[in-house]
Amino acid sequence: MITRRLLEAPDGRGWQFLAILAAAAVVVPVLNVFVPQSSSFHVTTTTVALWGKYLCYALLALSLDLVWGYCGILSLGHGAFFALGGYAMGMYLMRQIGTRGSYAHPILPDFMMFLNWKELPWYWYGFNHFPYAALMIVLVPGVLAFVFGWFAFRSRVTGVYLSIITQALTFALMLGFFRNNFGFGGNNGLTDFYDLLGFSVRAPKTRAVLFSLSAVALGLGYLLAQAVVRSKAGKVLIAIRDAESRTRFLGYRVENYKTYVFTLSACMAGVAGALYVPQVGIINPSEFAPGNSIEVVIWVAVGGRGTLVGASLGAVIVNYLKTMFTAGMLAPYWLFVLGAMFVLVTIFLPRGVLGLLRRGQHPGNQPSAGADPSNARGLTPPAASGLAGSRASSTPSHSPCVGEGRLAQPAE
Amino acid sequence: MAAGGLAHAGSYEDALPAFTEDSLSDTGEAITKVAASGSPLAASLLEALSDARLIYSAAEKRVFIKTRSGALTDAATGREISGSPPADIDTVRVNNRLRIAIEAALGSLTLMAPDPKRRLDAAQAVFKSHQENVLPALEKALEAETDPRVRRVLSEARAAVLLAKQDTSAAAKIVAIQVVRDRGDLDALALLEGLPADLPPDVLAAANAASANIKNTLAAWDGVQNAWYGLSLGSVLLLAAIGLAITFGVMGVINMAHGEMVMLGAYTTFVVQEAIRAMAPGLFDYSLMIALPLAFLVAGLVGVVIERGVIQFLYGRPLETLLATWGISLILQQTVRTAFGPSNREVGTPSFMSGVVDLGGLAITLNRLWIIVFAGVVFAALLGVLRYTTLGLHMRAVTQNRSMASSMAINTGRIDALTFGLGSGIAGLAGVALSQIDNVSPNLGQSYIIDSFLVVVFGGVGNLLGTLVGALTLGVANKFLEPFAGAVLGKIALLVLVILFIQKRPRGLFALKGRAVEA
Repeated sequence: MITRRLLEAPDGRGWQFLAILAAAAVVVPVLNVFVPQSSSFHVTTTTVALWGKYLCYALLALSLDLVWGYCGILSLGHGAFFALGGYAMGMYLMRQIGTRGSYAHPILPDFMMFLNWKELPWYWYGFNHFPYAALMIVLVPGVLAFVFGWFAFRSRVTGVYLSIITQALTFALMLGFFRNNFGFGGNNGLTDFYDLLGFSVRAPKTRAVLFSLSAVALGLGYLLAQAVVRSKAGKVLIAIRDAESRTRFLGYRVENYKTYVFTLSACMAGVAGALYVPQVGIINPSEFAPGNSIEVVIWVAVGGRGTLVGASLGAVIVNYLKTMFTAGMLAPYWLFVLGAMFVLVTIFLPRGVLGLLRRGQHPGNQPSAGADPSNARGLTPPAASGLAGSRASSTPSHSPCVGEGRLAQPAE
Repeated sequence: MAAGGLAHAGSYEDALPAFTEDSLSDTGEAITKVAASGSPLAASLLEALSDARLIYSAAEKRVFIKTRSGALTDAATGREISGSPPADIDTVRVNNRLRIAIEAALGSLTLMAPDPKRRLDAAQAVFKSHQENVLPALEKALEAETDPRVRRVLSEARAAVLLAKQDTSAAAKIVAIQVVRDRGDLDALALLEGLPADLPPDVLAAANAASANIKNTLAAWDGVQNAWYGLSLGSVLLLAAIGLAITFGVMGVINMAHGEMVMLGAYTTFVVQEAIRAMAPGLFDYSLMIALPLAFLVAGLVGVVIERGVIQFLYGRPLETLLATWGISLILQQTVRTAFGPSNREVGTPSFMSGVVDLGGLAITLNRLWIIVFAGVVFAALLGVLRYTTLGLHMRAVTQNRSMASSMAINTGRIDALTFGLGSGIAGLAGVALSQIDNVSPNLGQSYIIDSFLVVVFGGVGNLLGTLVGALTLGVANKFLEPFAGAVLGKIALLVLVILFIQKRPRGLFALKGRAVEA
């Protein structure tokens, strides 16, 4: 029944997307492994690894689109969930190194030997077993998102406040992971991996399989996200995005829906991070940098917010451009392009590239400009000026940024 | 130069053969004799000894100093030797005990130096090493000393030596403890704690009381010091956040490029200083005064351009504003990186801002003091502008009720641009101040943006007073957490605390009350 729910979800464009992914998952590894290097159809291992990386980013963008596009939660800390999933995978890969490290210690990773640690910290236990590591890849980001969301949504932290505390969250995690005594390798992070489930992570065949797995994961992630937004709960999520207080007045427990979708999205981001690490061969604290998380938002915005397919597309487009630019002579101009993208897309392309393609069609469940329409129409209480007039500063009444449709706290 | 040493030449030269015995105890005696000789060559000989550059020949009973360039000089005359050195030369060995003796001896040698600064340093060195054998030199120096500061340190050093000496009477030791206690710093504490336990009971009791006394004083100064650092950090945060309080708090615009306005201000200072260095070096002390209005104008103009070019299309869409201004911040950073290079730029400090003032146990750096004053002035000025000027009145009117203000013939678009320009201009002023204490690099703004947002959110959006309290609270809390948790963990703890605080009071410390918040 679950399968049926999943398969019923995609629309026409969704099936195209899945078909492309499936084709890529089969064709690219074949072209890489079985077609000889001399042939013009051969896909190099570098290309496979690069596109595998793009697919992981696409899954991350998809997870962000789920919360931002469909529930209006602009998380500026999704990079943290991605990195946590990556670290869980990295810890598994570290434990697989065994005696091949420079210090040849059967249990302790090199960086712990270097720091003169005598035994494994408790939170590293169990990571030598892949099923446990796989569980942690989903569980760690999920639990963090659940706890964070539980507190944040229950106390009705919304809008930019939420964005800023998610950013503070990833910033705090970055500072922490940079410390050596945190036990995650400090500055250098985790690297120099050998085996994944007995296969060498550096072998071209493993790379090809990881690429396929990333494509499959993206496809499954898409199906899952699509099923969520098509479900009854999904309708409520969209209602929350468009008019949060109105949804609450109708009797829905807004915070529960938000926590649910935020946690689910964090789990997806964790999986994306876990697939990313063996393909790039390193995970370090700079993945937590707040700038990275904001960049994910622009992938979604470029592709088209609230479309799922568009988010994945945006991730691939932006990262492809980034590779093009940063590889060659144009490297100093990349940040200009990225910056311009932020500005132009938000002003001229609120529905992203996919919105361009669908111009003229009925917008359907596209998000409105992002603000709560009940507020955008301007229900400014005339009493406000009288109340706040004596203060040096006042409330921003022409912009619903602070309120964004949420109920006022009772005055203390 | 040999003539100056003639009076004591005998004792200096007599001491030298002892270095050729290759015996640690002979060398020790020789060090004492050399130090007591008063010969001008004594200091360089002792320095050579401690650097393992003193060479001896056992056969010829002669001692040589190898200069840093590698040449050999005769220790007795100080002249370079002619001809080849003796065949059996070897380095004079020293151990740790002798090293301490050498240090003390060198200290006693400079106790009589003509420069009071060197005498002071020497007295401090003797206080720390407190070797018995410098006592005669110390007494002599104390008699001759005229500078009161040096005299005080000399008597403290004498007390330290008396305490360390075995045969000092108990009464004299207690007096010495009083002298050391009055010094009251960490060195004094270490000295008192290091006293042997077999002293007479009344001396021990006096020492314990004195060290407890010092500890209390130090703890109190520590608290004051932390509060001062916290105030200083708080004023920096206030400067960085105050412009944001205007754009974010009053206008409701999320300006992620705010940090870059700070950076532009810092770079304006750099350019102004370069121009002054090139054209009118005499004006250097006024460079910051010249940079202030320019930085305000540069950052303010960029702010107006951003508001008219981008933000005016995004009112009512706060999340989109956030993204667009983030893009602008990337562009500004990269522009500055292209124009000035990615590395740190050197911004000089005018003479009136450099230096340290000692206030009891507190060392106050003048640039920090000026930044605190400056932050206060900027804050008060902004408050005044908002409350007492027509522009401020219009700003408040527009932010409170746009359509009503518009019907009262206020050009709301113009006011938006000016408000944004004002907020950005203040960020530029902050940049001038921050150029004095931080690295001026294209990443300057990035390090302040998260902190500034936290300050504004913590203090309460739309409330300048909240920003003031928020900045000072976060600054002081950060500095008081640091000693327990370390700099990084303290910062993390603070972030977590603010996150928890926002859960409890989503509208910040000073939330607007009543119907106003529903807007």
